[in-house]
Amino acid sequence: VSTPASVVNVGADLLADAIADQATAVTRVDWRPPMTGTEDDLATVAADPLRRTANERALAAMLDVTATLVDVAPASELLGLEPGQFLHAGPPITWDRASGPLRGGLMAGAALEGLVDDPEDAAALFESGSNVSLEPCHHRSTVGPMAGVVTPSMWMFVLEDAATGRRTYCSLNEGLGKVLRYGAYGPEVLTRLRWMRDVLGPLLQRAVRARLDSAQDPVDVTGILTQMLQMGDEAHNRNRAGTLMLLRDLSPAMVTSGMDASDIAESLRFIGGNDHFFLNLAMPACKLALDAARGIEGSTMVVAMARNGTDFGIQVAGTGDEWFTGPAQLADGLFLGSYGPDDANPDIGDSAITETAGIGGFAMATAPAIVRLVGGSVPDALATTRRMHEITLGENPRWTVPVLEFQGTPTGIDVSMVCRTGILPQINTGMAGKVAGVGQVGAGLVTPPAEIFPQALSRLAALAASRARP
Amino acid sequence: MTNPLSDHVELRPGAYADSVTLLQVSRAVQGLDGVLAAQVAMATALNLEVLTEMGFDIPTEATTNDMVVALRLSDADALVAALTGVDQALRDANRRPEGAGEIAPPRSTRSALRRTSEAVAVVSVPGPSALVEAMDAVDAGRDVMVFSDNVPLEQEVALKRAAAERGVLVMGPDCGTAVVGGLGLGFANVVSPGPVGIVAASGTGCQQLLALLDHAGVGVTSAYGVGGRDLSSEVRGASTREALRRLDEDASVELIVLISKPPAPEVAAEIEEYAAGLATPVEFALLGDGRPDLTAAAESVLRRLGRDVPAWPVVGSATAGTGAIRGLFVGGTLKSEAQLIAGTEGGHTFVDFGDDEYTSGRAHPMIDPSLRLEHLARAASDESTGVLLLDVVLGHGAEPDPAAQLAPALDGVGKPVVIAVVGTDGDPQGRDRQVAALVAAGAEVHLSNAGATRRALELIGALS
Repeated sequence: VSTPASVVNVGADLLADAIADQATAVTRVDWRPPMTGTEDDLATVAADPLRRTANERALAAMLDVTATLVDVAPASELLGLEPGQFLHAGPPITWDRASGPLRGGLMAGAALEGLVDDPEDAAALFESGSNVSLEPCHHRSTVGPMAGVVTPSMWMFVLEDAATGRRTYCSLNEGLGKVLRYGAYGPEVLTRLRWMRDVLGPLLQRAVRARLDSAQDPVDVTGILTQMLQMGDEAHNRNRAGTLMLLRDLSPAMVTSGMDASDIAESLRFIGGNDHFFLNLAMPACKLALDAARGIEGSTMVVAMARNGTDFGIQVAGTGDEWFTGPAQLADGLFLGSYGPDDANPDIGDSAITETAGIGGFAMATAPAIVRLVGGSVPDALATTRRMHEITLGENPRWTVPVLEFQGTPTGIDVSMVCRTGILPQINTGMAGKVAGVGQVGAGLVTPPAEIFPQALSRLAALAASRARP
Repeated sequence: MTNPLSDHVELRPGAYADSVTLLQVSRAVQGLDGVLAAQVAMATALNLEVLTEMGFDIPTEATTNDMVVALRLSDADALVAALTGVDQALRDANRRPEGAGEIAPPRSTRSALRRTSEAVAVVSVPGPSALVEAMDAVDAGRDVMVFSDNVPLEQEVALKRAAAERGVLVMGPDCGTAVVGGLGLGFANVVSPGPVGIVAASGTGCQQLLALLDHAGVGVTSAYGVGGRDLSSEVRGASTREALRRLDEDASVELIVLISKPPAPEVAAEIEEYAAGLATPVEFALLGDGRPDLTAAAESVLRRLGRDVPAWPVVGSATAGTGAIRGLFVGGTLKSEAQLIAGTEGGHTFVDFGDDEYTSGRAHPMIDPSLRLEHLARAASDESTGVLLLDVVLGHGAEPDPAAQLAPALDGVGKPVVIAVVGTDGDPQGRDRQVAALVAAGAEVHLSNAGATRRALELIGALS
């Protein structure tokens, strides 16, 4: 029998001292009581015989996915979306509970689809509810940043997992400032959306298809994510390196597409000038990976975190399609121009899928360039990424953080660990104005409402208990 | 010429490491047995050229996002070991230095175990959270001692079921004492390594045995606590079995001692059958009415090992008293043993201050003596008290100088005092120093708790 090389002590410090007195190394756990009222559910879930292997499977399934860009096409073709059908970010919601920026985005979408001439008229249309329907992006294998509004004529990136052929979708990024996804619906918003529909989308389709037709590999979105994380992007609030790598991969085929040279030049300028363009590829890549872990019985891994501007919702691998929701929180950060905290809408968007997959706020340590944008410091950023390892199941071997000695990003949020430690997932986010039509007012840091994790835990415990019953 | 059969080339799509890391990895792999050449590199044009020049046949589908592992082996059978070596080298290259000051401490057992290798876990959080922390250790395949009490029985069953699947030893719940390969966990006495292995469902019972064997010059390398319910019909000896298996595998163990209350009958039969199948003999020290006490068990162990049974030390001499025994204990098993020996017919009373009813919201009396000291003063002034019978338990984890408070409290009690001081010469408190201080305060001090109890009976003229 060998003598233990070291001891992990959780609980009474005196017992750790007794080990240290024997000249043996002790790691002392900074243990604190779990979230109020979760002890029994935590024990039930911990004792679930499926849990350990289910979580190993969920993590492995997620890490196994390689997302490639295989097409660009309108939502009507890809998703069968019809006029009057609107997708939106976050968990399900109705117009009467929708926040300003979501309403603004829907109004812009209605005008884009020609359902109304003036976006202002769309409010009555949505209030009446006739011939319009709202559905979460997540229910259609889609993710949408901020308001996340998708309408039939919007062009979408199509990402595919080569191994399984599974696909996810995301609209094209409009840039910053007054844009639909931040709830703006002015003429410049609609003009840009029409140009994206008429010029950018078709050009990207030709470029993506030309790569495939010429037997080149599709753009490896997961691979770009691997590299951009080493270049100062965390792939939520900073996508600069990723955007330029995408441009590197697509521009030859764009140039030789045969489309009008000035349209090509304008498109290259648009993409190159929009540091967030790659976000709309990072998000569906993360969803593609996380969707691989859906429906694994017994797994406590979060597979989606999403906000609709009113509610923050999570879905968990072991609880099917159920949403666990609570009120979306206000971000803490910096404001553009003269905007202040009173102007901001609560957290909105499907972009927290990046944190769910272990990047964004979870990879803050790799993006020191933007720590000030979200109101933090470099030591905060390092501490944040390290703290997220406390609530995650593992590390991503391809997505690594140089400044943390190439430690993998913290991956696979464990509902149990969140309840045990009280550490909430850290999300980097943009802030939309709370009044429809305003657009972006700032950027900052936000967390989910704490109560949704005990809710999810309670459901996991109920399912485990029902399995345990004969 | 190279034998093509001994070349191994694989692409790892999506795997990434920087070129300096991969250089280190390649070097490490080149040093492995059976490896003639090794190159682990990202499939950049430059690297592919180098690999081609080395004579490796690289699949045409390689892209810059692929990692290439190219190995030339002297023997194709070396492949598995070489690939294991590649994975190990990749992990080593990414290993982070430990101990950087700004890293926050781990917030869970799971997190702490990720940061350490080869660690055992000791869990003493409140009972309702103990399973969750202990299960982290089981998940990680690490042994765990659960010091916490108040763990629901069904949780103990679930924890030990999972542990059995993983080959993990769960010591506890409510395990006060363990010695693992010479390292004391919880309340443990300092003993030399030796031929005896212990499996104990009782903490202070284990400590008494450690102390008696130590005095007799017999060492113990490992003493595994299993928790007081392990041999119940619900838990069915799950930890006892694993502990027996571990001790049986340890070539230095000549005799295994199992200390417990008598198990549920069907469990007793199962454990006896299991023990009979081991190569190492098992001495059953089952404590209870009409059964040998701990000291008798120690004597039996010594005889079985062919050792002499020493006279158990007694220092000081108490005078006779009139009345009943007032037993004030910190050790649960020591209290039960005294009660079994003396009975309660003569009005004797026995209190265990380590019992749940005295410890909720306060430290164990082996750490905080104040509650027992209060009761001591009360019992001393009680006219019906004929003799005060106490235990003092030494070792790691226990209060650093128990005599410092107990001896002054004994001065002028006006009643005979008999104390069992359970400890070894190696214990941090120094057994001799503790004994001397207590004797100077008028107490008669025994090493054997059973001996102390019989002496107390003798002092009040009740020894049959």
